[in-house]
Amino acid sequence: MNPSNYVVLSAVLFSIGAIGVLVRRNAIIVFMSVELMLNAANLAFVAFARMNGNLDGQVVAFFVMVVAASEVVVGLAIIVTIFRTRRSASIDEPNLLKY
Amino acid sequence: MSALASAVAVVVADEGTPFDLPSINYSAIAPILIIFGAAIVSVLVEAFAPRRARRPMQLVIVIGSVIAALVVVISLAGTRLVTAEGAIAIDGPALVMQGTLLVVSLLGALLMAERGIDPLGDAFAPRASTLPGSEDEKQFTQRGYLQTEIWPFFLFALTGMLVFPAANDLLLMFVALEVMSLPLYLLAGMARRRRLLSQEASLKYFLLGAFSSAFFLYGTAMLYGFSGTVSLVGIADALSAKPSEGALVAIGMALLLVGLLFKVAAVPFHQWTPDAYQGAPTPVTGFMAATVKIAAFGALLRVLYVSLGGMRWDWEPMLWIIAVLTMLVGSIVAVTQTDIKRMLAYSSIAQAGFILVGVLAVSPEGLSSSMFYLIAYAFTTIGAFAVVSMVRDANGEATHLSKWAGLGKKSPLVASIFAVFMLALAGIPLTSGFIGKFGVFTAAVASGAVWLVIIAVVASLIAAFFYARVIVLMFFSDPGPDTASVVVPSTFTTIALAAGATVTIVLGIVPQPVLELVSNAGIFIR
Repeated sequence: MNPSNYVVLSAVLFSIGAIGVLVRRNAIIVFMSVELMLNAANLAFVAFARMNGNLDGQVVAFFVMVVAASEVVVGLAIIVTIFRTRRSASIDEPNLLKY
Repeated sequence: MSALASAVAVVVADEGTPFDLPSINYSAIAPILIIFGAAIVSVLVEAFAPRRARRPMQLVIVIGSVIAALVVVISLAGTRLVTAEGAIAIDGPALVMQGTLLVVSLLGALLMAERGIDPLGDAFAPRASTLPGSEDEKQFTQRGYLQTEIWPFFLFALTGMLVFPAANDLLLMFVALEVMSLPLYLLAGMARRRRLLSQEASLKYFLLGAFSSAFFLYGTAMLYGFSGTVSLVGIADALSAKPSEGALVAIGMALLLVGLLFKVAAVPFHQWTPDAYQGAPTPVTGFMAATVKIAAFGALLRVLYVSLGGMRWDWEPMLWIIAVLTMLVGSIVAVTQTDIKRMLAYSSIAQAGFILVGVLAVSPEGLSSSMFYLIAYAFTTIGAFAVVSMVRDANGEATHLSKWAGLGKKSPLVASIFAVFMLALAGIPLTSGFIGKFGVFTAAVASGAVWLVIIAVVASLIAAFFYARVIVLMFFSDPGPDTASVVVPSTFTTIALAAGATVTIVLGIVPQPVLELVSNAGIFIR
């Protein structure tokens, strides 16, 4: 199969993730959408590694997985703290900081 | 291909591992390793040291390691090499930025260590995990608990910042970006007072930061798809070899720049700045306002000058628009602010616009004047936030501007120092801000962007209005019952404040040594 199809798929996934961040209102879902964007980038890296015929892209994908995992740790810690304080994970409710 | 050939040669030579060991010049990256090692020791101290001993031990580790790293950076002066298989470039600009980052972080650490201002303890929640206003929180406060985990966070963030302007490939740059940002997201949410605001700041900073780093990463993927490498130099070579680039390069470049412009807080990617700056504990705000800007501009300059230099005619028009928007939106919106931290946040957005004017000169003068501006901005900003942390009333920091009315008559010394910072940010002669603005505007005029400089001067006039408004408020109105009072801090904040004020004035009167430093730093190594 032509590897460029995977690049197209990754662009679709990235767009779904970006739209998810912009339209969803639950912090967990927003965060999942960000993770989807990171994994779309991983897919693009691996597909390009195949197309370019070198391993750099696959190595990058491993690094990105580790970074994404640490981002989950930090992100869930923040979201859980907010949830315990406000009893809600909505990103519309914390609205004290504005203007 | 040559890497593959040498890997094969190794296999033939000793039947061992099929990989070449990377050659790493450890002395060139020693400053990064010192701070990283100290961060790990600091985590171990959190795990094993008794509670009472942690704070003094952490302070010794932090201040000792930052000074040690600074000494090594100074001893490396003149180094110009690429190491770790092309991943790290230690050259003049990288060393200047690392040195500035270390000095400014030292001042930031002193602000964070301050315990004499708030009668309840330092600026951080006794336990960040307790619910705001809960019985647990009161108990921890009464017993005088301190959240000493801030120190490992501080050191890890500093590690990322030191790597960020020296990263010579996009993968390392991405990892450094995350290592720098993740601890800062957490630090932003740990304020002792107004914890709801602080947690909200943390959430917004995190979600938008993660969003922007995803853009950075996808941009990297596109550029990798085009050039087959993530190395900055490799991408530059591929761009000059295949000038008829097409969609991959355009998308990759745009997404990469979105990620970097987010970190420097350029309009329209600035929305997180006021919220994060206002909600975060003031010492953290001062620390990140000063250092993240330096690190992010270091990386942005390297990407634009080393990697995308050949595409200059494609990205320059976009960045012109962004620079104009950043200067105007930052300055105009700052005029309407009523909270001093939020006003300083918009001021930092406007300052990012002025630095972008220097960056857009795309010349050695542009590079050196941007670096001078960053140095001047960092010291002024950290000093200004030191003052903000000292102006208090019964509920903690008095950040509403109405409470600053008449401060100049109540505490003339501190108000005068703050006035100096305001004048420097406005770019009045005899302060560092004037020399900085003069440098970037000269560089921009020399590169032919006269119209950009005219807009920048108009924006600085608008900005001067709100800086002057604070000075007028402090000195030309009478103190009322609501006027906050200035708390006398311990040695820590005093040193940071004095250093910020001294550098601001000295750089304004005798800028020559630092101007020589930044112009001798030369250009980025290729």
